[in-house]
Amino acid sequence: MQEPGFPEAEARLCQGMAFPPPPHLPNDPIERLIALLGRLPGYGRRSARRAVLRMLTEPDRLMLPLADALTMAAEAVVPCAICGNLDSQSPCHICADERRDRHLICVVEGVADLWALERANAHRGTYHVLGGVLSALAGMGPEQLAIQPLVARIEAGGVEEVILALPATVDGAATGHYLSDRLRPMGVRVTGLAQGVPMGGALDVLDEGTLAAAWRARRDI
Amino acid sequence: MEWEAPAVVLEARPHGEGGAVVSVLTEEFGRHAGLVKGGASRGQAALWMPGNLIEARWVGRLPEQLGALSGELVHAAAALAMADPLATALLSSCCAIAADALPEREAHGLLFHDTVALVATLARDTLLAVPDAVRWELRLLQELGYGLDLSACAVTGEAEVLPYVSPKSGRAVSEAGAGLFRDRLLPLPAFLRDDAAASGPADWAAGLRLTGVFLARDVFGARNRGMPGARDRFADRVCLLASAGAGD
Repeated sequence: MQEPGFPEAEARLCQGMAFPPPPHLPNDPIERLIALLGRLPGYGRRSARRAVLRMLTEPDRLMLPLADALTMAAEAVVPCAICGNLDSQSPCHICADERRDRHLICVVEGVADLWALERANAHRGTYHVLGGVLSALAGMGPEQLAIQPLVARIEAGGVEEVILALPATVDGAATGHYLSDRLRPMGVRVTGLAQGVPMGGALDVLDEGTLAAAWRARRDI
Repeated sequence: MEWEAPAVVLEARPHGEGGAVVSVLTEEFGRHAGLVKGGASRGQAALWMPGNLIEARWVGRLPEQLGALSGELVHAAAALAMADPLATALLSSCCAIAADALPEREAHGLLFHDTVALVATLARDTLLAVPDAVRWELRLLQELGYGLDLSACAVTGEAEVLPYVSPKSGRAVSEAGAGLFRDRLLPLPAFLRDDAAASGPADWAAGLRLTGVFLARDVFGARNRGMPGARDRFADRVCLLASAGAGD
């Protein structure tokens, strides 16, 4: 791949040689598009190149609608002022939905977790996005998380239960315990998600930690 | 270059989309980092949680390279600690301190053994592990060259009853030696001098205050760094325990 700032003189020199010059200069729109797509999660340069090539073959059907959608999303999507979800309106569709149970707040680490829970269709209450978990490594303390807005929502009244749907990691557990200490004195019930055997999971392939957690959380059937 | 050794996972930093740069503590190789391909993936994330005891294998073309790390779980300390707030705080604190304070690739055999013993005690009883965690911090100070001298009074030479430590010298001080400077000295709980001495939450809190002063000043302050937040949260939790005990 040609480096940015490749001198034109060298490019011209290449033209007289046996091998062809690199097909695209850095300012080339195609190369730029590949580079930009390659920065996205799940994409490397190779897959970005494939996607760009596919779009270029059908610009009217694939590329221009995508460009419009990107521009529209960049301009319209904002974080919800209540829960921190990303939506085209603030308050978001979930917070604005009158059918949602406002006695329940589900606390999640990020918007991806909120979307996952919505896909599961298990929670009919509202959400609160923390924006991370306590982590010495990432320099995340309680001040860096959206804990104060959560406290303010509970102080405003009407909340009966806060469900902590945080990752099953040491940092996630530390955040859960911190929130529990902070919220329980406010008179709300604080619960956490169960941990254990996943659906369709065989015991012999589970890691010891998950098995131990499942064993501790056994229940009457 | 390659080695295999029992290790304690200290931290795992995400690297790229699925990888992680993991730091482990070993007896022979000290704190050692390595790249774990797929270390942040669903299949491996549970293995590389701080506090877990693993059988680690490191491979590098040259010794100075970051190299590649792989491992097998021996004891899932992190998963077992997660349900208990005090255990989670203790484990997070020790791993954060060790990850930040220990120099890389410098053997600290005694500290490694203390860490493994601490993790084993934590699996049995969290309250038994708290005094061990304070002793672990004393050991860390000693291994880094900031050890406290608790053998005899710095003023009178007395070796029996030593209720204080000088924050300046890190040496124990007797009641008689404290004199007018008593208010400036740090209380020294008896369990830090005598392993068999009974101790409670108030003693543990005093012990953490004592080690905290030297950790903050000598280990982290000397490098213009603050104490890890996990250590502060652990100390807060022990203080809460102490105040709840005092209220009973």
